[in-house]
Amino acid sequence: MRIIVPIKQVPETSNVKMDPVTGTVIRAGVETVVNPLDLYALEAALRLKAQHGGTVTAITMGPPPAIKALKEAVAMGCDDAVLVSDRKFGGSDTWATSYTLAQAVRKLGAYDLIIAGERATDGDTAQVGPGIASWLDIPIATYVARIGALAEGRLTLERLVEEGYQQLSVPLPALLTVVKEIAVPRLPTLRGKKAAKHCDIPVFSAENMGLDPSFLGLKGSPTKVVKIDAPKVTRGGKTVQAGDDEAVSAAVGQLIGFLEEKGLV
Amino acid sequence: MSFVWTVAEHAHGELKAVSFELLARGRKLADKLGTPLAAVVIGDQVSEARMRELIERGADKVYSVQDPRLAHFVCESYARILSTLIKTYRPDIILAAATSSGRTLMPYVAVKARAGLTADCTELDIEAETGNLLQTRPAIGGNIMATIKTPNHRPQMATVRPKSSKPLPKDTSRHGEIITIPVDDGMIDTRVSVLGYRKDAADFVNLEEADIVVAGGKGMKKAEHFSLLNNLAQTLGGVVGASREAVDRGWIGYPHQIGLSGKTISPKLYIGAGISGSIQHLAGIKTSEVIVSVNNDPDANLHKIADFAIVGDAFQVLPELQRQLKLRKGRAE
Repeated sequence: MRIIVPIKQVPETSNVKMDPVTGTVIRAGVETVVNPLDLYALEAALRLKAQHGGTVTAITMGPPPAIKALKEAVAMGCDDAVLVSDRKFGGSDTWATSYTLAQAVRKLGAYDLIIAGERATDGDTAQVGPGIASWLDIPIATYVARIGALAEGRLTLERLVEEGYQQLSVPLPALLTVVKEIAVPRLPTLRGKKAAKHCDIPVFSAENMGLDPSFLGLKGSPTKVVKIDAPKVTRGGKTVQAGDDEAVSAAVGQLIGFLEEKGLV
Repeated sequence: MSFVWTVAEHAHGELKAVSFELLARGRKLADKLGTPLAAVVIGDQVSEARMRELIERGADKVYSVQDPRLAHFVCESYARILSTLIKTYRPDIILAAATSSGRTLMPYVAVKARAGLTADCTELDIEAETGNLLQTRPAIGGNIMATIKTPNHRPQMATVRPKSSKPLPKDTSRHGEIITIPVDDGMIDTRVSVLGYRKDAADFVNLEEADIVVAGGKGMKKAEHFSLLNNLAQTLGGVVGASREAVDRGWIGYPHQIGLSGKTISPKLYIGAGISGSIQHLAGIKTSEVIVSVNNDPDANLHKIADFAIVGDAFQVLPELQRQLKLRKGRAE
Protein backbone atom coordinates (compact mmCIF):
# COMPACT_ATOMS: atom_id res chain seq x y z
CA MET A 1 0.00 0.00 0.00
CA ARG A 2 1.33 3.43 -0.90
CA ILE A 3 0.44 6.22 1.48
CA ILE A 4 1.07 9.91 0.90
CA VAL A 5 1.13 12.29 3.86
CA PRO A 6 0.90 16.02 3.11
CA ILE A 7 2.49 17.96 5.95
CA LYS A 8 3.08 21.63 6.69
CA GLN A 9 5.85 23.54 8.37
CA VAL A 10 4.39 26.01 10.85
CA PRO A 11 5.74 28.49 13.40
CA GLU A 12 5.94 26.97 16.86
CA THR A 13 2.71 28.22 18.39
CA SER A 14 3.96 28.69 21.89
CA ASN A 15 6.45 31.16 20.47
CA VAL A 16 4.12 33.28 18.42
CA LYS A 17 4.82 36.94 19.09
CA MET A 18 2.80 39.85 17.87
CA ASP A 19 4.16 43.14 16.64
CA PRO A 20 2.34 45.56 18.93
CA VAL A 21 2.49 48.33 16.31
CA THR A 22 1.40 46.55 13.15
CA GLY A 23 -0.65 43.85 14.84
CA THR A 24 0.95 41.20 12.63
CA VAL A 25 2.73 38.03 13.56
CA ILE A 26 6.49 38.29 13.83
CA ARG A 27 7.79 35.39 11.75
CA ALA A 28 11.46 36.30 11.70
CA GLY A 29 13.52 34.25 14.10
CA VAL A 30 10.56 32.12 15.13
CA GLU A 31 11.33 28.44 15.26
CA THR A 32 9.40 26.25 12.85
CA VAL A 33 8.09 22.76 13.47
CA VAL A 34 6.11 20.13 11.64
CA ASN A 35 2.48 21.09 12.22
CA PRO A 36 1.80 19.17 15.45
CA LEU A 37 -1.47 17.76 14.08
CA ASP A 38 0.40 16.31 11.07
CA LEU A 39 2.39 14.07 13.42
CA TYR A 40 -0.80 12.08 13.99
CA ALA A 41 -1.18 11.65 10.24
CA LEU A 42 2.42 10.46 9.93
CA GLU A 43 1.93 8.03 12.80
CA ALA A 44 -1.30 6.65 11.33
CA ALA A 45 0.44 6.15 7.98
CA LEU A 46 3.47 4.44 9.50
CA ARG A 47 1.24 2.07 11.48
CA LEU A 48 -0.74 1.14 8.37
CA LYS A 49 2.54 0.48 6.60
CA ALA A 50 3.69 -1.77 9.44
CA GLN A 51 0.40 -3.65 9.22
CA HIS A 52 -0.08 -3.93 5.48
CA GLY A 53 3.38 -3.27 4.02
CA GLY A 54 4.13 -0.59 1.44
CA THR A 55 5.65 2.86 1.56
CA VAL A 56 4.93 6.24 3.08
CA THR A 57 5.80 9.43 1.21
CA ALA A 58 5.78 12.80 2.97
CA ILE A 59 5.05 15.83 0.86
CA THR A 60 5.05 19.50 1.72
CA MET A 61 4.49 22.75 -0.10
CA GLY A 62 6.61 25.64 1.04
CA PRO A 63 9.84 27.56 0.62
CA PRO A 64 13.13 25.58 0.47
CA PRO A 65 13.67 25.62 4.28
CA ALA A 66 10.51 23.47 4.54
CA ILE A 67 12.84 20.60 3.67
CA LYS A 68 13.54 20.46 7.41
CA ALA A 69 9.96 19.30 8.03
CA LEU A 70 10.33 16.58 5.39
CA LYS A 71 13.58 15.35 6.95
CA GLU A 72 11.81 15.07 10.25
CA ALA A 73 9.13 12.95 8.57
CA VAL A 74 11.81 10.69 7.10
CA ALA A 75 13.47 10.48 10.52
CA MET A 76 10.15 9.22 11.89
CA GLY A 77 10.13 6.46 9.31
CA CYS A 78 8.78 7.78 6.02
CA ASP A 79 10.40 6.12 3.01
CA ASP A 80 10.77 9.24 0.94
CA ALA A 81 9.73 12.86 0.67
CA VAL A 82 8.93 15.50 -1.91
CA LEU A 83 9.21 19.28 -1.65
CA VAL A 84 6.68 21.22 -3.68
CA SER A 85 8.32 24.59 -4.02
CA ASP A 86 8.26 27.50 -6.40
CA ARG A 87 8.16 31.26 -6.02
CA LYS A 88 4.97 31.14 -8.05
CA PHE A 89 3.23 29.33 -5.18
CA GLY A 90 3.68 32.25 -2.77
CA GLY A 91 0.49 33.67 -1.30
CA SER A 92 -1.63 30.63 -2.15
CA ASP A 93 -4.93 30.36 -0.32
CA THR A 94 -6.45 26.96 0.44
CA TRP A 95 -7.94 26.68 -3.04
CA ALA A 96 -4.62 27.24 -4.81
CA THR A 97 -2.73 25.16 -2.23
CA SER A 98 -5.02 22.18 -2.64
CA TYR A 99 -4.74 22.48 -6.42
CA THR A 100 -0.94 22.53 -6.27
CA LEU A 101 -0.69 19.64 -3.80
CA ALA A 102 -3.23 17.55 -5.71
CA GLN A 103 -1.18 17.95 -8.88
CA ALA A 104 1.94 16.93 -6.96
CA VAL A 105 0.12 13.79 -5.80
CA ARG A 106 -0.81 13.07 -9.42
CA LYS A 107 2.83 13.42 -10.44
CA LEU A 108 3.75 10.82 -7.81
CA GLY A 109 1.68 8.22 -9.61
CA ALA A 110 -0.52 5.50 -8.13
CA TYR A 111 -1.37 5.63 -4.43
CA ASP A 112 -3.83 3.99 -2.07
CA LEU A 113 -4.29 6.51 0.67
CA ILE A 114 -3.60 10.13 1.50
CA ILE A 115 -3.54 10.87 5.23
CA ALA A 116 -3.47 14.47 6.42
CA GLY A 117 -3.65 16.22 9.77
CA GLU A 118 -6.99 17.66 10.79
CA ARG A 119 -5.75 21.20 10.12
CA ALA A 120 -2.59 23.27 10.44
CA THR A 121 -2.10 25.21 13.64
CA ASP A 122 -1.24 28.46 11.81
CA GLY A 123 -3.89 28.84 9.13
CA ASP A 124 -6.36 26.75 11.11
CA THR A 125 -8.76 26.26 8.20
CA ALA A 126 -8.92 22.45 7.82
CA GLN A 127 -9.68 23.12 4.16
CA VAL A 128 -6.66 21.81 2.29
CA GLY A 129 -7.29 18.11 3.04
CA PRO A 130 -10.85 18.10 1.68
CA GLY A 131 -9.65 20.38 -1.14
CA ILE A 132 -7.02 17.85 -2.29
CA ALA A 133 -9.61 15.06 -2.22
CA SER A 134 -11.96 17.18 -4.31
CA TRP A 135 -9.30 17.91 -6.94
CA LEU A 136 -8.46 14.20 -7.14
CA ASP A 137 -12.14 13.23 -7.04
CA ILE A 138 -11.54 10.66 -4.34
CA PRO A 139 -13.68 10.01 -1.26
CA ILE A 140 -12.83 11.84 1.92
CA ALA A 141 -13.26 11.02 5.59
CA THR A 142 -12.39 13.85 7.97
CA TYR A 143 -11.83 13.75 11.76
CA VAL A 144 -10.91 10.06 11.63
CA ALA A 145 -10.29 8.74 15.14
CA ARG A 146 -9.89 5.02 14.40
CA ILE A 147 -8.77 3.02 11.40
CA GLY A 148 -10.08 -0.53 11.31
CA ALA A 149 -9.91 -3.45 8.93
CA LEU A 150 -8.81 -3.32 5.31
CA ALA A 151 -10.63 -5.84 3.14
CA GLU A 152 -11.29 -6.02 -0.58
CA GLY A 153 -9.95 -2.56 -1.18
CA ARG A 154 -12.15 -0.96 1.48
CA LEU A 155 -11.17 0.52 4.79
CA THR A 156 -13.43 0.59 7.83
CA LEU A 157 -12.99 3.66 10.00
CA GLU A 158 -14.57 5.93 12.57
CA ARG A 159 -14.99 9.69 12.37
CA LEU A 160 -15.38 11.80 15.49
CA VAL A 161 -18.48 13.88 14.77
CA GLU A 162 -21.02 15.80 16.84
CA GLU A 163 -23.28 12.76 17.25
CA GLY A 164 -20.54 10.36 18.31
CA TYR A 165 -18.33 8.20 16.14
CA GLN A 166 -19.60 7.79 12.59
CA GLN A 167 -18.55 4.42 11.19
CA LEU A 168 -17.72 4.36 7.51
CA SER A 169 -16.62 1.93 4.87
CA VAL A 170 -14.42 3.79 2.39
CA PRO A 171 -13.00 2.43 -0.88
CA LEU A 172 -9.36 3.16 -1.72
CA PRO A 173 -7.88 5.39 -2.91
CA ALA A 174 -9.24 7.88 -0.41
CA LEU A 175 -8.11 10.82 1.68
CA LEU A 176 -8.37 10.79 5.46
CA THR A 177 -7.79 13.59 7.90
CA VAL A 178 -7.07 12.30 11.39
CA VAL A 179 -7.48 13.65 14.92
CA LYS A 180 -5.21 13.23 17.91
CA GLU A 181 -7.10 10.19 19.13
CA ILE A 182 -5.77 8.10 16.21
CA ALA A 183 -2.40 7.25 17.81
CA VAL A 184 0.50 8.66 19.79
CA PRO A 185 3.17 9.90 17.38
CA ARG A 186 6.54 8.18 17.58
CA LEU A 187 9.80 10.01 18.00
CA PRO A 188 12.44 10.05 15.26
CA THR A 189 14.86 7.13 15.53
CA LEU A 190 18.61 7.20 15.17
CA ARG A 191 18.33 5.11 12.03
CA GLY A 192 15.65 7.44 10.71
CA LYS A 193 17.80 10.45 11.39
CA LYS A 194 20.63 8.86 9.41
CA ALA A 195 18.28 8.11 6.55
CA ALA A 196 17.03 11.71 6.67
CA LYS A 197 20.57 13.03 6.43
CA HIS A 198 21.27 11.13 3.25
CA CYS A 199 17.89 11.07 1.58
CA ASP A 200 17.44 12.81 -1.70
CA ILE A 201 14.39 15.07 -1.73
CA PRO A 202 13.13 15.97 -5.20
CA VAL A 203 11.62 19.40 -5.78
CA PHE A 204 8.38 19.69 -7.71
CA SER A 205 7.95 23.07 -9.36
CA ALA A 206 5.19 24.74 -11.36
CA GLU A 207 7.10 23.91 -14.51
CA ASN A 208 7.98 20.28 -13.90
CA MET A 209 4.40 19.59 -12.75
CA GLY A 210 2.98 21.39 -15.78
CA LEU A 211 0.62 23.52 -13.70
CA ASP A 212 -1.91 26.04 -14.92
CA PRO A 213 -0.31 29.39 -14.00
CA SER A 214 -3.69 31.03 -13.47
CA PHE A 215 -4.36 28.61 -10.60
CA LEU A 216 -1.19 29.41 -8.66
CA GLY A 217 -0.17 31.56 -5.74
CA LEU A 218 -1.72 34.87 -4.84
CA LYS A 219 -3.00 35.40 -8.39
CA GLY A 220 -4.72 32.04 -8.53
CA SER A 221 -6.30 32.40 -5.09
CA PRO A 222 -9.99 33.37 -4.97
CA THR A 223 -9.67 34.82 -1.47
CA LYS A 224 -7.65 37.92 -0.59
CA VAL A 225 -6.67 39.09 2.85
CA VAL A 226 -7.86 42.67 3.15
CA LYS A 227 -6.86 43.48 6.69
CA ILE A 228 -5.14 41.98 9.71
CA ASP A 229 -5.92 43.15 13.23
CA ALA A 230 -4.79 42.09 16.64
CA PRO A 231 -7.85 41.04 18.60
CA LYS A 232 -8.23 42.57 21.99
CA VAL A 233 -6.19 40.33 24.20
CA THR A 234 -7.71 41.20 27.54
CA ARG A 235 -11.39 41.57 28.17
CA GLY A 236 -10.90 44.04 30.99
CA GLY A 237 -12.31 41.44 33.28
CA LYS A 238 -12.91 41.49 36.99
CA THR A 239 -10.58 39.66 39.36
CA VAL A 240 -11.64 38.66 42.86
CA GLN A 241 -9.55 37.01 45.54
CA ALA A 242 -10.87 33.97 47.33
CA GLY A 243 -8.27 33.21 49.95
CA ASP A 244 -10.36 31.90 52.86
CA ASP A 245 -13.84 30.42 53.30
CA GLU A 246 -15.48 33.78 53.72
CA ALA A 247 -13.78 35.21 50.64
CA VAL A 248 -14.71 32.10 48.64
CA SER A 249 -18.35 32.53 49.55
CA ALA A 250 -18.27 36.25 48.70
CA ALA A 251 -16.42 35.67 45.42
CA VAL A 252 -18.90 33.02 44.35
CA GLY A 253 -21.75 35.37 45.28
CA GLN A 254 -20.24 38.03 43.06
CA LEU A 255 -19.75 35.54 40.24
CA ILE A 256 -23.39 34.49 40.40
CA GLY A 257 -24.40 38.16 40.33
CA PHE A 258 -22.22 38.63 37.26
CA LEU A 259 -23.72 35.57 35.54
CA GLU A 260 -27.24 36.79 36.36
CA GLU A 261 -26.44 40.15 34.82
CA LYS A 262 -25.34 38.36 31.65
CA GLY A 263 -28.48 36.23 31.67
CA LEU A 264 -26.44 33.04 31.98
CA VAL A 265 -28.08 31.57 35.09
CA MET B 1 -31.02 37.53 -9.37
CA SER B 2 -28.46 37.12 -6.65
CA PHE B 3 -28.97 35.01 -3.57
CA VAL B 4 -27.65 34.42 -0.12
CA TRP B 5 -27.77 30.76 0.90
CA THR B 6 -27.34 28.89 4.13
CA VAL B 7 -26.78 25.16 4.45
CA ALA B 8 -29.08 23.69 7.10
CA GLU B 9 -27.90 20.85 9.31
CA HIS B 10 -30.04 18.10 10.71
CA ALA B 11 -29.96 14.87 12.65
CA HIS B 12 -32.76 12.31 12.68
CA GLY B 13 -35.13 14.64 10.85
CA GLU B 14 -34.63 17.47 13.34
CA LEU B 15 -32.92 20.67 12.27
CA LYS B 16 -29.98 21.65 14.41
CA ALA B 17 -29.94 25.04 16.12
CA VAL B 18 -27.01 26.12 13.97
CA SER B 19 -29.31 26.09 10.93
CA PHE B 20 -31.24 28.97 12.47
CA GLU B 21 -28.11 30.76 13.63
CA LEU B 22 -26.87 30.75 10.03
CA LEU B 23 -30.16 32.27 8.87
CA ALA B 24 -29.72 35.15 11.33
CA ARG B 25 -26.30 35.82 9.79
CA GLY B 26 -27.64 35.38 6.27
CA ARG B 27 -30.67 37.62 6.84
CA LYS B 28 -28.44 40.55 7.75
CA LEU B 29 -26.35 40.08 4.59
CA ALA B 30 -29.37 39.54 2.33
CA ASP B 31 -31.04 42.69 3.67
CA LYS B 32 -27.91 44.74 3.05
CA LEU B 33 -27.74 43.41 -0.50
CA GLY B 34 -31.51 43.57 -1.05
CA THR B 35 -31.57 39.94 -2.15
CA PRO B 36 -33.54 36.88 -1.05
CA LEU B 37 -32.22 34.41 1.52
CA ALA B 38 -32.54 30.70 0.91
CA ALA B 39 -31.81 27.68 3.11
CA VAL B 40 -30.65 24.44 1.53
CA VAL B 41 -31.74 21.22 3.23
CA ILE B 42 -29.92 18.11 2.06
CA GLY B 43 -31.12 15.13 4.08
CA ASP B 44 -33.99 12.81 4.78
CA GLN B 45 -37.22 12.97 6.75
CA VAL B 46 -37.01 16.68 7.45
CA SER B 47 -40.72 17.48 7.62
CA GLU B 48 -42.49 20.40 6.00
CA ALA B 49 -43.17 21.86 9.46
CA ARG B 50 -39.43 21.88 10.17
CA MET B 51 -38.74 23.57 6.88
CA ARG B 52 -41.47 26.11 7.63
CA GLU B 53 -39.47 27.00 10.71
CA LEU B 54 -36.55 27.96 8.46
CA ILE B 55 -38.88 30.45 6.79
CA GLU B 56 -40.23 31.69 10.13
CA ARG B 57 -36.65 32.34 11.20
CA GLY B 58 -35.52 34.29 8.20
CA ALA B 59 -35.48 32.26 4.96
CA ASP B 60 -37.41 33.41 1.90
CA LYS B 61 -36.91 30.09 0.18
CA VAL B 62 -36.03 26.56 1.16
CA TYR B 63 -34.47 24.15 -1.30
CA SER B 64 -35.33 20.69 -0.08
CA VAL B 65 -33.26 17.79 -1.41
CA GLN B 66 -34.32 14.67 0.44
CA ASP B 67 -33.80 10.98 0.01
CA PRO B 68 -33.20 8.03 2.35
CA ARG B 69 -29.69 7.81 0.90
CA LEU B 70 -29.03 11.32 2.20
CA ALA B 71 -30.03 10.58 5.79
CA HIS B 72 -26.41 10.77 6.97
CA PHE B 73 -23.71 13.14 5.87
CA VAL B 74 -21.56 11.65 3.14
CA CYS B 75 -19.40 14.35 1.67
CA GLU B 76 -19.35 13.12 -1.92
CA SER B 77 -23.14 12.98 -2.35
CA TYR B 78 -23.82 16.19 -0.46
CA ALA B 79 -21.11 17.94 -2.47
CA ARG B 80 -22.50 16.68 -5.74
CA ILE B 81 -25.93 18.04 -4.84
CA LEU B 82 -24.73 21.39 -3.55
CA SER B 83 -22.52 21.80 -6.64
CA THR B 84 -25.50 21.08 -8.91
CA LEU B 85 -27.62 23.62 -7.06
CA ILE B 86 -24.85 26.21 -7.33
CA LYS B 87 -24.63 25.69 -11.09
CA THR B 88 -28.39 25.99 -11.46
CA TYR B 89 -29.13 28.96 -9.20
CA ARG B 90 -25.76 30.78 -8.97
CA PRO B 91 -25.89 32.08 -5.41
CA ASP B 92 -23.54 34.91 -4.43
CA ILE B 93 -22.95 33.82 -0.88
CA ILE B 94 -23.14 30.43 0.85
CA LEU B 95 -22.85 30.09 4.61
CA ALA B 96 -22.46 26.76 6.39
CA ALA B 97 -21.71 25.71 9.94
CA ALA B 98 -18.12 25.11 11.00
CA THR B 99 -19.03 21.59 12.09
CA SER B 100 -17.54 18.22 11.17
CA SER B 101 -19.80 18.09 8.12
CA GLY B 102 -19.76 21.78 7.16
CA ARG B 103 -15.99 21.94 7.37
CA THR B 104 -15.75 18.91 5.08
CA LEU B 105 -18.47 19.76 2.58
CA MET B 106 -17.57 23.40 1.97
CA PRO B 107 -13.93 22.96 0.88
CA TYR B 108 -14.88 19.95 -1.25
CA VAL B 109 -17.49 22.07 -3.02
CA ALA B 110 -15.42 25.27 -3.15
CA VAL B 111 -12.70 23.51 -5.15
CA LYS B 112 -15.18 22.37 -7.78
CA ALA B 113 -16.97 25.73 -7.90
CA ARG B 114 -13.68 27.70 -8.05
CA ALA B 115 -15.08 29.64 -5.13
CA GLY B 116 -13.39 31.50 -2.31
CA LEU B 117 -13.93 29.91 1.08
CA THR B 118 -13.14 31.28 4.52
CA ALA B 119 -13.25 29.06 7.60
CA ASP B 120 -14.64 29.82 11.05
CA CYS B 121 -15.76 33.38 10.45
CA THR B 122 -16.66 35.35 13.54
CA GLU B 123 -17.93 38.39 11.65
CA LEU B 124 -19.58 38.72 8.26
CA ASP B 125 -20.44 41.97 6.56
CA ILE B 126 -20.99 43.49 3.15
CA GLU B 127 -18.49 45.96 1.73
CA ALA B 128 -20.58 49.02 0.89
CA GLU B 129 -18.90 50.02 -2.39
CA THR B 130 -18.59 46.61 -4.00
CA GLY B 131 -21.18 44.39 -2.36
CA ASN B 132 -18.39 41.90 -1.60
CA LEU B 133 -18.66 39.74 1.48
CA LEU B 134 -16.18 40.72 4.19
CA GLN B 135 -15.23 37.70 6.27
CA THR B 136 -13.37 38.11 9.54
CA ARG B 137 -11.78 35.13 11.23
CA PRO B 138 -9.24 34.37 13.91
CA ALA B 139 -5.95 32.80 12.75
CA ILE B 140 -2.64 31.73 14.24
CA GLY B 141 -4.28 30.34 17.35
CA GLY B 142 -6.50 33.40 17.73
CA ASN B 143 -3.54 35.76 17.80
CA ILE B 144 -4.72 37.69 14.78
CA MET B 145 -8.03 38.54 13.17
CA ALA B 146 -7.89 38.48 9.39
CA THR B 147 -10.52 40.08 7.16
CA ILE B 148 -10.83 38.29 3.86
CA LYS B 149 -12.80 38.85 0.70
CA THR B 150 -13.35 37.12 -2.62
CA PRO B 151 -13.45 39.92 -5.16
CA ASN B 152 -13.58 38.05 -8.47
CA HIS B 153 -15.11 34.64 -7.86
CA ARG B 154 -18.61 33.49 -7.02
CA PRO B 155 -20.00 32.10 -4.85
CA GLN B 156 -18.34 33.57 -1.77
CA MET B 157 -18.37 30.78 0.78
CA ALA B 158 -17.85 30.88 4.52
CA THR B 159 -18.23 28.65 7.55
CA VAL B 160 -19.41 30.06 10.86
CA ARG B 161 -18.91 28.51 14.28
CA PRO B 162 -21.99 27.14 16.02
CA LYS B 163 -23.18 29.37 18.88
CA SER B 164 -21.45 32.44 17.50
CA SER B 165 -24.79 34.05 16.58
CA LYS B 166 -28.34 33.97 17.89
CA PRO B 167 -31.27 32.68 15.86
CA LEU B 168 -33.95 35.20 14.92
CA PRO B 169 -37.21 34.82 16.85
CA LYS B 170 -39.90 32.81 15.11
CA ASP B 171 -42.17 35.00 13.02
CA THR B 172 -45.15 32.91 11.92
CA SER B 173 -46.41 35.69 9.65
CA ARG B 174 -43.39 35.30 7.35
CA HIS B 175 -44.04 33.85 3.91
CA GLY B 176 -41.71 31.79 1.85
CA GLU B 177 -41.50 29.03 -0.66
CA ILE B 178 -40.34 25.45 -0.22
CA ILE B 179 -38.88 24.12 -3.45
CA THR B 180 -38.48 20.36 -3.65
CA ILE B 181 -35.58 19.21 -5.81
CA PRO B 182 -36.13 15.64 -7.04
CA VAL B 183 -33.24 13.28 -6.33
CA ASP B 184 -32.04 11.02 -9.10
CA ASP B 185 -29.40 8.30 -8.96
CA GLY B 186 -26.84 10.57 -10.59
CA MET B 187 -26.88 12.80 -7.52
CA ILE B 188 -25.91 10.00 -5.16
CA ASP B 189 -22.28 8.95 -4.82
CA THR B 190 -22.33 5.37 -3.60
CA ARG B 191 -18.61 4.91 -2.98
CA VAL B 192 -18.62 5.59 0.76
CA SER B 193 -21.16 3.86 2.98
CA VAL B 194 -22.18 4.77 6.49
CA LEU B 195 -22.19 1.66 8.67
CA GLY B 196 -23.59 3.29 11.78
CA TYR B 197 -22.79 5.37 14.82
CA ARG B 198 -21.05 4.45 18.03
CA LYS B 199 -21.83 6.62 20.97
CA ASP B 200 -20.04 5.97 24.23
CA ALA B 201 -22.71 7.62 26.32
CA ALA B 202 -20.44 7.87 29.34
CA ASP B 203 -17.73 9.67 27.52
CA PHE B 204 -19.19 11.52 24.60
CA VAL B 205 -19.98 15.16 24.49
CA ASN B 206 -21.13 17.66 21.91
CA LEU B 207 -18.85 20.45 23.02
CA GLU B 208 -19.22 22.70 19.98
CA GLU B 209 -22.96 22.99 20.26
CA ALA B 210 -23.16 23.50 24.01
CA ASP B 211 -24.20 26.88 25.44
CA ILE B 212 -22.22 26.34 28.61
CA VAL B 213 -18.91 24.51 28.99
CA VAL B 214 -17.29 23.79 32.35
CA ALA B 215 -13.68 22.74 31.75
CA GLY B 216 -11.00 21.33 34.01
CA GLY B 217 -7.24 21.17 33.69
CA LYS B 218 -4.16 19.90 35.43
CA GLY B 219 -5.19 21.72 38.60
CA MET B 220 -8.07 19.27 39.05
CA LYS B 221 -5.38 16.80 40.15
CA LYS B 222 -7.22 13.54 39.47
CA ALA B 223 -10.01 11.92 37.48
CA GLU B 224 -12.35 11.64 40.46
CA HIS B 225 -12.33 15.40 40.87
CA PHE B 226 -13.97 15.82 37.52
CA SER B 227 -17.20 14.91 39.31
CA LEU B 228 -17.13 18.48 40.67
CA LEU B 229 -17.19 19.70 37.09
CA ASN B 230 -19.86 17.19 36.09
CA ASN B 231 -22.12 18.34 38.92
CA LEU B 232 -21.61 21.98 38.12
CA ALA B 233 -22.20 21.41 34.41
CA GLN B 234 -25.40 19.60 35.25
CA THR B 235 -26.63 22.42 37.49
CA LEU B 236 -25.83 25.02 34.83
CA GLY B 237 -27.19 22.96 31.95
CA GLY B 238 -23.80 22.63 30.32
CA VAL B 239 -21.22 20.02 29.39
CA VAL B 240 -17.73 19.19 30.59
CA GLY B 241 -14.57 20.07 28.67
CA ALA B 242 -10.91 19.63 29.49
CA SER B 243 -7.45 20.88 28.71
CA ARG B 244 -4.94 18.68 26.93
CA GLU B 245 -3.11 18.05 30.20
CA ALA B 246 -6.22 16.50 31.74
CA VAL B 247 -6.93 14.35 28.67
CA ASP B 248 -3.33 13.18 28.35
CA ARG B 249 -3.41 12.09 31.99
CA GLY B 250 -6.43 9.94 31.18
CA TRP B 251 -8.78 11.81 33.51
CA ILE B 252 -11.35 12.26 30.74
CA GLY B 253 -11.75 11.19 27.07
CA TYR B 254 -10.46 12.96 24.00
CA PRO B 255 -13.91 14.10 22.79
CA HIS B 256 -13.79 16.54 25.73
CA GLN B 257 -10.50 18.13 24.75
CA ILE B 258 -10.53 21.86 24.01
CA GLY B 259 -7.71 23.67 22.26
CA LEU B 260 -5.37 23.43 19.34
CA SER B 261 -5.34 19.63 19.18
CA GLY B 262 -8.96 19.37 20.34
CA LYS B 263 -12.12 21.36 19.77
CA THR B 264 -12.54 25.06 19.24
CA ILE B 265 -15.62 26.31 21.02
CA SER B 266 -17.66 29.52 21.20
CA PRO B 267 -20.14 28.91 24.01
CA LYS B 268 -22.12 31.60 25.79
CA LEU B 269 -20.29 30.73 28.99
CA TYR B 270 -16.96 28.99 29.49
CA ILE B 271 -15.76 28.22 33.01
CA GLY B 272 -12.17 27.01 33.32
CA ALA B 273 -11.11 25.48 36.62
CA GLY B 274 -7.53 24.58 37.38
CA ILE B 275 -6.55 25.53 33.85
CA SER B 276 -3.44 27.66 33.54
CA GLY B 277 -4.32 28.72 30.02
CA SER B 278 -1.63 27.63 27.59
CA ILE B 279 -1.67 29.40 24.23
CA GLN B 280 -2.98 26.15 22.74
CA HIS B 281 -5.92 26.00 25.12
CA LEU B 282 -6.74 29.70 24.79
CA ALA B 283 -6.90 29.29 21.01
CA GLY B 284 -9.82 26.95 21.55
CA ILE B 285 -11.86 29.23 23.81
CA LYS B 286 -11.04 32.79 22.77
CA THR B 287 -14.31 33.32 20.95
CA SER B 288 -16.43 32.34 23.96
CA GLU B 289 -18.90 35.03 24.92
CA VAL B 290 -18.11 35.02 28.64
CA ILE B 291 -14.97 33.48 30.15
CA VAL B 292 -14.73 32.64 33.84
CA SER B 293 -11.49 31.40 35.36
CA VAL B 294 -10.97 29.69 38.70
CA ASN B 295 -7.35 29.12 39.66
CA ASN B 296 -5.30 29.63 42.80
CA ASP B 297 -2.36 30.84 40.74
CA PRO B 298 -2.82 34.61 40.41
CA ASP B 299 -0.56 34.59 37.33
CA ALA B 300 -2.54 31.98 35.37
CA ASN B 301 -2.90 33.07 31.74
CA LEU B 302 -6.55 32.19 31.77
CA HIS B 303 -7.17 34.86 34.43
CA LYS B 304 -5.77 37.47 32.06
CA ILE B 305 -8.33 36.88 29.34
CA ALA B 306 -11.22 36.10 31.67
CA ASP B 307 -14.27 38.31 32.12
CA PHE B 308 -14.44 37.11 35.69
CA ALA B 309 -11.46 35.58 37.45
CA ILE B 310 -11.50 34.03 40.87
CA VAL B 311 -8.06 33.64 42.41
CA GLY B 312 -8.84 30.73 44.67
CA ASP B 313 -8.78 27.00 45.15
CA ALA B 314 -11.03 25.22 42.65
CA PHE B 315 -11.76 22.57 45.29
CA GLN B 316 -13.30 25.26 47.48
CA VAL B 317 -14.78 27.50 44.81
CA LEU B 318 -16.54 24.82 42.74
CA PRO B 319 -18.48 23.20 45.62
CA GLU B 320 -19.41 26.66 46.92
CA LEU B 321 -20.59 27.69 43.46
CA GLN B 322 -22.60 24.49 43.26
CA ARG B 323 -24.09 25.12 46.71
CA GLN B 324 -25.08 28.71 46.01
CA LEU B 325 -26.53 27.86 42.60
CA LYS B 326 -28.63 25.10 44.17
CA LEU B 327 -29.77 27.45 46.89
CA ARG B 328 -30.74 30.02 44.32
CA LYS B 329 -32.61 27.39 42.31
CA GLY B 330 -34.40 26.30 45.47
CA ARG B 331 -35.47 29.87 46.14
CA ALA B 332 -36.77 30.28 42.61
CA GLU B 333 -38.93 27.15 42.90
